[in-house]
Amino acid sequence: MAYTRPGCRIASGSILFDGQELFDGSASLLRSIRGARIAYVAQSAAASFNPAHRLINQFAEGPVQHNLMNFSSAEEKAVTIYDQLLLPDPENIGYRFPHQVSGGQLQRAMVAMAMSCQPDIIVFDEPTTALDVTTQIEVLAAIKDITRKYNTAAIYITHDLAVVAQLADRIMVLRDGLLVEENDAREILAAPQEEYTKELLSVRTFSTKGNKDKSGNKVVLDIKDVSASYTGTEDVLSDINLQIRKGQTVALVGESGSGKSTLARVITGLLPQSKGSILFKDRPLAPKLKPRNREDLQRLQMIYQMPDTALNPRHTIRKIIGRPLQFYLKMNGRQREKRILELLDQIELPADYIDRYPAELSGGEKQRVCIARALAAEPDLIICDEVTSALDQLVAEGILKLLLNLQRELQVSYLFITHDLTTVKAIADEIVVMLNGRIIEQGPKKEILKPPHHEYTDLLLSSVPKMDPDWLDRLLEKRVLAAAA
Amino acid sequence: MITLLSHLRTAPWSAKIGMGMVLLTLIAAVFAPLIAPFGETEIAGDVWLFSSSTHFLGTDSLGRDMFSRLLYGARNTIAIAFLITFLSFVVGVTLGFVAATIGGWADQLLSRMIDILMAFPTLIFALMVLSVVGTSIPALIIVIALLDSTRVFRLSRAVAMDIEVMEYVEAARLRGEKLWWIMRHEILPNAMPPLVAEFGLRFCFVFLFIAALSFLGLGIQPPAADWGGMVRENAGAITFGIFTPLWPAAAIAFLTVGVNLIVDWALHVASGLKD
Repeated sequence: MAYTRPGCRIASGSILFDGQELFDGSASLLRSIRGARIAYVAQSAAASFNPAHRLINQFAEGPVQHNLMNFSSAEEKAVTIYDQLLLPDPENIGYRFPHQVSGGQLQRAMVAMAMSCQPDIIVFDEPTTALDVTTQIEVLAAIKDITRKYNTAAIYITHDLAVVAQLADRIMVLRDGLLVEENDAREILAAPQEEYTKELLSVRTFSTKGNKDKSGNKVVLDIKDVSASYTGTEDVLSDINLQIRKGQTVALVGESGSGKSTLARVITGLLPQSKGSILFKDRPLAPKLKPRNREDLQRLQMIYQMPDTALNPRHTIRKIIGRPLQFYLKMNGRQREKRILELLDQIELPADYIDRYPAELSGGEKQRVCIARALAAEPDLIICDEVTSALDQLVAEGILKLLLNLQRELQVSYLFITHDLTTVKAIADEIVVMLNGRIIEQGPKKEILKPPHHEYTDLLLSSVPKMDPDWLDRLLEKRVLAAAA
Repeated sequence: MITLLSHLRTAPWSAKIGMGMVLLTLIAAVFAPLIAPFGETEIAGDVWLFSSSTHFLGTDSLGRDMFSRLLYGARNTIAIAFLITFLSFVVGVTLGFVAATIGGWADQLLSRMIDILMAFPTLIFALMVLSVVGTSIPALIIVIALLDSTRVFRLSRAVAMDIEVMEYVEAARLRGEKLWWIMRHEILPNAMPPLVAEFGLRFCFVFLFIAALSFLGLGIQPPAADWGGMVRENAGAITFGIFTPLWPAAAIAFLTVGVNLIVDWALHVASGLKD
């Protein structure tokens, strides 16, 4: 699109679009092409829509600006495209504001917006990364369907090869700004040539053999009949019963809004439960944070989804990791310094990182620091809230392996909150599936992953993209048949 | 401290000029007795003389040396303005952070109290209080500092509220940290850039406010020299085409511009924009 962010420029080369050179194209030429003939769908629809305007006004802005149609014909067009994208109530949904529709619907509304001028090319920049699996399917199906219908070329940028497998005809693998491999999609998936591509493909197949059965271990956390609500009227969580044993990983699965993170807030004391009790190491845990003693706080640690906001940007790594040591274990001076270095070694970061600030670390390294901060307190239970979903696959895999190694070494338990079932398959001992604030299925991994499933578990499981180019088509066909039957 | 020094080195030329201007005024203030050819209140010659070799900037309405009084005036004005700004920040930032970090009733109570204080026009409120308690310098400092801290409270509360929702603050709460630690270690370092910028700005305002009060006769009392008061004493001269009152006015403008050049740069750094 010959557009660069401030601070970046296109140094050399050529961008030919329909015989026109865009590289040094005039502003008016670029303006006439952008939106009208090349459109863009961003990663986060929530951040890309203007929250102050209705969807349909934002839809119509492009075509009206480019003098392709007037507002009322753009409105009609919007309804057609909303309908084709299977948005509910296509006649009226456009008159809502961005915050009034769900994440998946908003992402589809954005695809619709990109289609408004019927462009020749649409650039999709990770449009499903921020969505959970069940919504991801809807958006993928919509994208696939509409690009086919309008015969639009699409450039799909993603780090998820399984998603690409569903959509792409050709795949280009990039690394450090260089082309690694380019080939027909089916060929790349079947027979990758380069080492890096193989690595990317192999991520999905990593297992935890040799993990012992931990069902006989002592119970660390025991949640009994817990309900909680934010407003006091409507329960966000109802009757949660959950046990976590020493050295065990319990995965809490469910889509956004199912109450997973709320449960974490209840356990940590940020949101007192309205009913039920929580036993931590056989002692009742105060519902509120304030009355909890330091020992309880120390033994229960948390790792967040976004390492960027979980680390104070003005603290050095020394201070971040050192503070819990000082606070809980009264370590100071040389003893603390030594322990910080040990922890850095455990999380596989070099010792000279101790004087760095978080901004000088990559996302994966930051998440490692978060792990070290939790470990510094010598906890019995770590709550991991979507710890890998902000990271790309290879980095996420590294984090998961690290967590598992640490568990084997230190016998720490994890409550692993995630919507990513691949992660769950990789590391969980037990799985708890949540929907609308209730646990609908729970048990050892093997039992949950083996059919017969609860209806919802089945939906979740079948929604995880596979590396098979025909998987999406087959799945949709199956679901249509099932719905018809 | 080290990062601050490295920042100083990379400062743009405008900020460096500003720093030079402020430094110059500070030197003048500190070394006033050494530089000044005459005493602060010494009557050295005729009334309203023009510049000459003995009276560098001429003399004022009582025949005192203008240049010497400017130097001594820098002492009074800058020291008091700095003290006031500093006090108002200590009070405003602490209360603002407390309101943002505790939230709920504490926030309501503090914010409403501040609202009441802010409902009065500052100058009128200051005039009223000062005419009741008398115009001593400590009273001046405390009254203006308190009035100014309401603005600081507003800013620091808003800044702290943005920081307070970050997960690292939540992590500190979950760790069991006390209020003071969270304010001092988690919030303050991240709120520093806007607060520093505001400090420079408020310093100027306080400075002008004292000048205004002095002009109205409620600020620093004669015969002590202060820039605002000097403008007032000599204001009449302007009608005779004598530009003596312009010197202290120029000094006020000089320092204000200097501080603002630095503030501009501090704001730029605080916004996190890269050139």
